[in-house]
Amino acid sequence: MAARKGPPIDDKIHTWPYLVRSEFLCAIFTTLLLIVWSLLVDAPLEEPANPTRTPNPSKAPWYFLGLQEMLVFFDPWHAGVVLPSLIILGLMVLPFIDINPKGNGYYCFKDRKYEIITFYTGFHILWISLIIIGTFLRGPGWNWFWFWEPWDAHKVEAMTAVDLPYLLGVRDPVLTFIVGGASVIGFFAVGTALMYWWIIRLKGKEFMQRWGAVRFGLTSFLFLNMWAVVIKMLMRHLASIKYVWVTPWLNI
Amino acid sequence: MAWEDIKRQITDSDVWRSMFRHGYDDSARNRILMVSGNVWLHLHPSKVRRHAVRMRFTWCMGGITFLMFLVTVVTGIYLMFYYRPTAEYAYADMKYLEFDMPFGMLMRNMHRWAAHAMVIAVWLHMFRVFLTGSYKPPREFNWIVGVILLVLTLLLSFTGYLLPWDQLAIWAVTVGSNMGRATPFLGNEGPGAELLGVNPIYDARAFLFGGGEIGTHTLMRFYILHCIFFPLVTSLFLAVHFWRIRRDGFSGPPL
Repeated sequence: MAARKGPPIDDKIHTWPYLVRSEFLCAIFTTLLLIVWSLLVDAPLEEPANPTRTPNPSKAPWYFLGLQEMLVFFDPWHAGVVLPSLIILGLMVLPFIDINPKGNGYYCFKDRKYEIITFYTGFHILWISLIIIGTFLRGPGWNWFWFWEPWDAHKVEAMTAVDLPYLLGVRDPVLTFIVGGASVIGFFAVGTALMYWWIIRLKGKEFMQRWGAVRFGLTSFLFLNMWAVVIKMLMRHLASIKYVWVTPWLNI
Repeated sequence: MAWEDIKRQITDSDVWRSMFRHGYDDSARNRILMVSGNVWLHLHPSKVRRHAVRMRFTWCMGGITFLMFLVTVVTGIYLMFYYRPTAEYAYADMKYLEFDMPFGMLMRNMHRWAAHAMVIAVWLHMFRVFLTGSYKPPREFNWIVGVILLVLTLLLSFTGYLLPWDQLAIWAVTVGSNMGRATPFLGNEGPGAELLGVNPIYDARAFLFGGGEIGTHTLMRFYILHCIFFPLVTSLFLAVHFWRIRRDGFSGPPL
């Protein structure tokens, strides 16, 4: 039976036995699977805890490895505190910034293209694939090792990363600060303007008025922050850029 | 006396009838009574959408998340009987649990794998709810409760990670908690640390650890969070989450 497309109709059936039956079967099957898995695979238990012996690499629990991977690109206050807070905040405001009445209660891609693509980017690319990278491709010193490479604790990585203003040829400290700040603020300013223009083009002025400034502001802020992560990752991997904006208080 | 007579005598008795008010008659009325007259089943509405019951639609991931939660509660209680949350005993108790305790290894395995499965299932549940747009009105608030439950699932799993007190546990928790040290204003290595005068033994991470370094005090703290505080809070939010699903109708827009 194919999953229904389009808004559902009133086609109610009794919970007992139809829903209760499938819940019961699902619970039995899952429990069985869990028991068999638990009989076959033992939970790990390493040597006793020793605070004086740091393993290399030290990894957070696997579900946080996406955030640990972020430490390559951002300082800990951003990777470990600001980004997770933005993820939680972004998820919480989602029902309020998405006012598209279509696609409520059924699968559909056509009516919610941009919502679904954005969610895929955040969930599959940024969260899941970074966890896979953090689990399997990061070895001693958090260096990159392909699946077939042995984890060599003495691998030497040349520290060639420079800051963006330096790469642009700026050497003066004050000018470095200004160029860096202009890049970060410029990214958000231009990004917000582009988003405004894009949404007006896509949906029209009437929609923007209905959507309102708060929704637009929140959406573009979160959206740009998400893409800033992607851009910063690409900048590091492709152009060896360490920071964009270096200040005495914090670096971005 | 025939078997049928004994059965009838039992089911006709006052005691039986005080507990069970309806049998298994397959009538429309009884099908509804089955759900509305049962404290557990009445979390469901008595009728649901036909399309929404199909596995292809629901993926059953919310239910599996809850099942995994129940499994960790049951196995976790079993493990608690044999585990002492101090640095001195914790690791030895793990070994005892694995080698001497009846079904100890199985219970520990089930506890750990169910916890991991719960994290994966809750992510897939969120993904499915997003794809069917089930966070849209009238379910906006329930989506928020769901996000809180997602965070609580991760916190439950994270606090449990320390309890085996092996190298994997303390270093994973050390790495995972370093963000506390980097919190703006509240962590001693975060931007603005000097404004509030926080230091390594008096900042956000020290609050989490119960001290400047990870140690037996941290173990006790995580144990209480893991076994009492987070399960309790999670149960409260689960109750709200289920109640809201019930009120807002299962799957599909309000008609």
